[in-house]
Amino acid sequence: METVLEILAKVKPNVDFKNATAIVDDGLLDSMDIVMLVGELNDEFDIEIQVTDLVPENFNTVDAIVKMVERLEDED
Amino acid sequence: MKNVLEFFEHTVEKFPNKVGFTDENRCSTFSEAMEKSKKIGTSLLQYGNRKAVAILIDKNCNCIHSMLGTLYAGDFYIVVDVHSPKDRIINILSSLDEPIILTDNSSLQLAKEVSSNETIVVYEEAIETTVDIDGLDSVRSDMIDMDIAYILFTSGSTGMPKGTVISHRALISYINWVTEEFKFDENTSFGSQTPLYFSMSVTDFYSTVKCGCTYNIIPKKYFSFPLNLVNYLNEKKVNTIYWVPTAISILSNWKVFDVAKPEYLKTVLFAGEVMPTKQLNYWIKSLDDDITYANLFGPTETTDICTFYRVNREFADDESLPIGIHCDNCQVFIVKEDGTEAGVDEEGELYARTTFMAEGYYGNPEKTAEAFVQNPLNKYYPERVYKTGDIVKMNVKGEIIYISRKDFQIKRSGYRIELGEIEAGANSVDGVKGCACIFNKEDNCLALVYEGKSKDSDKVMDAVRNKVPSYMYPDKIIRVKELPKNANGKIDRNYLTKNYKEL
Repeated sequence: METVLEILAKVKPNVDFKNATAIVDDGLLDSMDIVMLVGELNDEFDIEIQVTDLVPENFNTVDAIVKMVERLEDED
Repeated sequence: MKNVLEFFEHTVEKFPNKVGFTDENRCSTFSEAMEKSKKIGTSLLQYGNRKAVAILIDKNCNCIHSMLGTLYAGDFYIVVDVHSPKDRIINILSSLDEPIILTDNSSLQLAKEVSSNETIVVYEEAIETTVDIDGLDSVRSDMIDMDIAYILFTSGSTGMPKGTVISHRALISYINWVTEEFKFDENTSFGSQTPLYFSMSVTDFYSTVKCGCTYNIIPKKYFSFPLNLVNYLNEKKVNTIYWVPTAISILSNWKVFDVAKPEYLKTVLFAGEVMPTKQLNYWIKSLDDDITYANLFGPTETTDICTFYRVNREFADDESLPIGIHCDNCQVFIVKEDGTEAGVDEEGELYARTTFMAEGYYGNPEKTAEAFVQNPLNKYYPERVYKTGDIVKMNVKGEIIYISRKDFQIKRSGYRIELGEIEAGANSVDGVKGCACIFNKEDNCLALVYEGKSKDSDKVMDAVRNKVPSYMYPDKIIRVKELPKNANGKIDRNYLTKNYKEL
């Protein structure tokens, strides 16, 4: 959780991601930010986010991002 | 025909109840679009005609009604990017002669912040106006086809943005070419990617106005979620797209078609930057054989396009697509440095001679005189042509091959270096999602910046070595997680050139 929050803060500083419920739908991250976030997550957790993972539901809350990362780590 | 609204009126008569425009939240039939735009036109009449109307509205149906409404008032519009920095908006507004600001409730706050003493007209109020048919008719009867329809501001590499002035006549003549060439009709359903302040948007938008197509505005966020993007294309039954190559490449880089395919797609057009062949080949291999692919090429100064190439043969991943042949009613020719016309395989600057040509740059006679010049091959009567600033050559097949921007051509130790050739080599490497080769004059550094995995940098260098002579080898190969993009969605080369060290 903390690592994901740190990455989010790096991608886009000064946003309260922790309490956000609709990161994508509220436009807290734009398309460029998402590309960058995916790259950072892949590198940090040594995972490979697939196109099927790349849907708004997996990015709308910090919880959802963490769950996705954990699932992908287990798959390795 | 003298006014682009005649296209619109013809379409409304033929398909009044057809949905012409959709955005994320609503859709607008042609007759509704006409009703709203006439009301907006009426509300603008009181300020006089041939006025500059700066439209500060996000890309949605309101913006479309406002563009057409401005034309009904006999004015010309400037669609302004509401997401751009306020200083840039203020710059654009201050370069216009007494502009009127047309905005809607969602951008009203912004409009107030950037305006000094301009009149602000609000969409939601304007559409409550009663249409003044006589007033609109009288404005129209005074108009000629050389009256301006809109101005597009391009991001000048240094300082002030340049405003390209496009007349009704140029617009009509360009749209006639593009709709006839690609056989657009009422069954055409566009998935629109490009912003309305960018010249490429003229093609799908005004083709819709002329032929009664459907113009579906794709919400920007879908370009970060490729599967949702494909679903959206299917939901809207999109059969025609005209996107920048960077947007097309997103779907290739994620190999989306291995999971989901756009089911209705028939025509795939692209322009705005060089299409990387590897990414295009993924589309060609993954999707139906009967899809038409075409590489369109041209500057804002020829409305949108001056040459095009229908992809009719296979290209290896490290080959580049031609920019093809001239459009109808648009002649192009290549002039060598010595001022004479180039022969086959000889490099020179591309010139265009066409009715699509812009009138010039707004409030900028110097820049206009540099780019819009007397035809160097005609000594006998005044004939204005446009110097594109692009270096090209013609191959033996009669196809024009793009080499580079004149300002991108660099000389080092006496050798001429084409940045595009280096990029074509790097782009052919599996795993490279995009790249840009830049040259920083101050540091005398030729750097290749690519998006992909760090372990690929040796492969990238090998591919470049196989493709270009040693004097063209980059000094630096820099890997980034994401290439910076400008507001139009293209790779931001100016940014890279200035900031390559900090990447």
